Amino acid sequence: MEILDAVWLIPALPLAGFLTLLIAGRKLGDPFAGWLATSAIGGAFVATVVVFGRLLNMGEEERRHITTLFTWVPAGGFSVDVAFLVDPLSITMALFVTGIGTLIHLYSIGYMHGDERFSKFFVYLNLFAFSMLMLVLADNFLLSFLGWEGVGACSYFLISFWFTRESAAVAGKKAFVTNRIGDFGFMIAMFLLFASVGTLDYWGTASVANGSIGVFEQAERLSTYTASAVVLLLFLGAAGKSAQLPLYLWLPDAMEGPTPVSALIHAATMVTAGVFLLVRCAPLLEQADPNVTLFIAGVGALTALFAATVACAQDDIKKVLAYSTVSQLGYMVLAVGSGAYVAAIFHMVTHAFFKALLFLGAGSVIHGLHDEQDMKRMGSLRKWMPITWATFLVGWLAISGVPPFSGFWSKDEVLAGAFDKSPALWAIGVLVALLTAYYMSRQVFLVFYGHERWRQPAAGADPADAADPADAADQGHTAHGSAEPHESPWVMTLPLIALAGLAAVGGMLNLPLFKATLFLEHWLEPSLGEVEHHVLATGTKIALAIVATIAALAGVGLAYVTWYRKKPAENANLEPDILKKAWTYDAAIAAFVGGPGRAAAAWSAFTVDKGVIDGAVNGVATLVRQGGGQLRKVQTGYVRNYALGLAAGVVLLLAWTLVRVGL
Amino acid sequence: MTVDGSWYLILAAVLFSIGAIGLLIRRNVLVMFMCVELMLNAVNLTFVTFARMLDDIGGQVVVFFVLVVAAAEVVVGLGIIVSIFRRRTGDQGTTADDLHLLKG
Amino acid sequence: MTAALLPLLAVATKVDLGVFLVCAAIVLTGAFGVVFLRNPVHSALSLVMTLFGVAVLFVAQEAHFLAAVQVIVYSGAIVVLFLFVIMLLGVDREEAVEVEGLKGQRPLAFGVGALMLLLVLLLARANDWATGQTGARGLASGPGENVEKLGRSIFTDFLLPFEVTAVLLVIAVVGAVVLARRPPQLRDEGDDQ
Repeated sequence: MEILDAVWLIPALPLAGFLTLLIAGRKLGDPFAGWLATSAIGGAFVATVVVFGRLLNMGEEERRHITTLFTWVPAGGFSVDVAFLVDPLSITMALFVTGIGTLIHLYSIGYMHGDERFSKFFVYLNLFAFSMLMLVLADNFLLSFLGWEGVGACSYFLISFWFTRESAAVAGKKAFVTNRIGDFGFMIAMFLLFASVGTLDYWGTASVANGSIGVFEQAERLSTYTASAVVLLLFLGAAGKSAQLPLYLWLPDAMEGPTPVSALIHAATMVTAGVFLLVRCAPLLEQADPNVTLFIAGVGALTALFAATVACAQDDIKKVLAYSTVSQLGYMVLAVGSGAYVAAIFHMVTHAFFKALLFLGAGSVIHGLHDEQDMKRMGSLRKWMPITWATFLVGWLAISGVPPFSGFWSKDEVLAGAFDKSPALWAIGVLVALLTAYYMSRQVFLVFYGHERWRQPAAGADPADAADPADAADQGHTAHGSAEPHESPWVMTLPLIALAGLAAVGGMLNLPLFKATLFLEHWLEPSLGEVEHHVLATGTKIALAIVATIAALAGVGLAYVTWYRKKPAENANLEPDILKKAWTYDAAIAAFVGGPGRAAAAWSAFTVDKGVIDGAVNGVATLVRQGGGQLRKVQTGYVRNYALGLAAGVVLLLAWTLVRVGL
Repeated sequence: MTVDGSWYLILAAVLFSIGAIGLLIRRNVLVMFMCVELMLNAVNLTFVTFARMLDDIGGQVVVFFVLVVAAAEVVVGLGIIVSIFRRRTGDQGTTADDLHLLKG
Repeated sequence: MTAALLPLLAVATKVDLGVFLVCAAIVLTGAFGVVFLRNPVHSALSLVMTLFGVAVLFVAQEAHFLAAVQVIVYSGAIVVLFLFVIMLLGVDREEAVEVEGLKGQRPLAFGVGALMLLLVLLLARANDWATGQTGARGLASGPGENVEKLGRSIFTDFLLPFEVTAVLLVIAVVGAVVLARRPPQLRDEGDDQ
């Protein structure tokens, strides 16, 4: 039996875990439910590695295999199967989803210990894993959309996990609604594609006897106009999922969820789904108008810049990382728009490593400080939490783009691609790199260095703030009885160490030094179809790399000067209010939806729906009734009126006869 | 000038229309009935005229039968009128318009 | 005999004309009387006048038997019946002819009636008044009495209709008796022990 056909195990194991925990989770309890969930996804990881190994051994041309389970929608001319596309891109995604997912599941056992809804958390996590894997492994748009919606739903569940807190419930709703707007774009794109090419499969199963043709094989047949429209609509979907302007606003609020959720969903996996979709549809992007891809790259760059500026002024440890995620996603979208698909995937992988690491580290800090999230009230934690500190440093250097860590290599690829598309975009990218290094260094200095500000009582703070009853993760801490920070248990630090290792050496995936080391690029080639490769001169590349490194070091230096040396209170003017409020974007959206949005909805509901449509329907009924009422008047009850009617009828007959016969 | 058959036909037509108008205008049931008789007479006159113009005895035979049937009809019609209006006084209504009170 | 009548023919046509005109006047006057007189008894008498006029016109058209039957049956029996019922029911009160209860009935009635007249006349004139086969059921003119010819036609060509009308008359009589009968009286209490 072909090993690749066992690919169905990859999503099936988390699904089994989900179902088991759904039924018996509460009985299994803390921590056994967690171990069950972790082993489910761990098993999926093993299966992915096996499939990966098999794929590696196959020749380059054969690295696309479709395993069909059953026909999902047999509707005459339109047929959609539940089938998995095993090719380099999907397996790459599956690898890091399951890999990082396993680490985060493990971490969550420690983090969520003591929570009263412990097993429910793992139910949702496993469901999420299943959905995400369906998304990346699907062989057609509709099945991917199933996974797409699934991860959106799980994101909602997990963000509002502590739903007794109003802000968490609201954040969950915000995420869901914003995602929905993106989903609308995805759906319309699917309709357009089906209308143009008659199928929703990515690649056809040409090896099968009836030889169906997929979308990408027919990409060249699409008109530029259609392809551009589809790409723009798909980008709308990606903008929703991957938090680009204007639909990014759910991601910072999503930090209301537990930190493992932020790490898994909002750093490594779900938010990358949008970028994955765009890379998957590379043949379509190639077919579209070049201005469209320029637009996509521009949005990516702008998002990156926007988010980076906002991150510089945030005090919450997780909010900084959230905006950082938006910014890095902007980088990935910039790469996709520039046609550097490999760079986008490369950065996605390295970002998954170091961002998950940073989030888990932040979670460790929060856990250690008994749910303190304000960086201004942290400090000098390197003494108290050495492992967290060390791993966090690795993540910091990686994201800042300091060689030889992984972030440097991937960011460099992205910037090279951007330079090829437009030097202006490259310049924005470099500015973002500088800002990234700055705010991450600021974070490191505030949290791990400086004075022990957590010893000081908060000036004018409410005692009730410190003991937020909705923080269920706090329950485990009261047992400690200690007010001093402590290192996290091994279930939490082990994943940190693993991810630190990956973040450090991840650059080896695609070193641009020699042809042979460009492993990822060769590996992903078959998945991307016929795309142009933009090759820059080596000299240009080295120059760009140097400029990027200088920017990174400059950012670190800037932060060193402002944050390491001085007290935080002296730097108030570096954090203007407008940046804290994300350029008042949230308020603007609220005003727009509340005002014109609501007015448009009211117009739609009352004028159009009630007035026109209901009016038309009711109007027919009214017409009939009134017509009947008028006709009823013929029945007067008077014999003489009826006689008159008879006489009139006779006259009409005579007249007709006269007309027929002729005068 | 000889009296043409068409003159009789015109006369009959006028008689018929007078009868029709009378039927529509009068409210007294019996007068309405009399107007019906006028119309029947007009028809009779027409048939007899045709009998002469076409030299056909069949026209007169038809008139014969019309007379018989008219007689029968008058009998039955008056019987109905009697049975409807027998006990009504002036207040209850004795005109054709009051038949609408029967409602159905 | 016919030759002797020839000189009379010239006079006869003039007589014909005069008879027609006089009778037409009688007929129309009677008709207007039926329609426009207030008292129903007066209307009935006007009807008699019309019937006489029509009878004379029958004679002028050489339908002698029918003229006789018209006078005897129509004005002699039917109109008398009308008068009986008028007296029986007491509907001889004068009707307010000026007032018209139903809206638009009067003008519409006049209009429809006038239109009907006009259309009929137009139709008839366009089709040469009388068309069709002559003498389909036997000749009206020629030797022999009118009664004889009529009788012969009825009892040979029209025998079945004749019988049917006989039945019809019986039915009419029975129906009239049933309709005009008073409802059965209720029995008195304590009548039968």
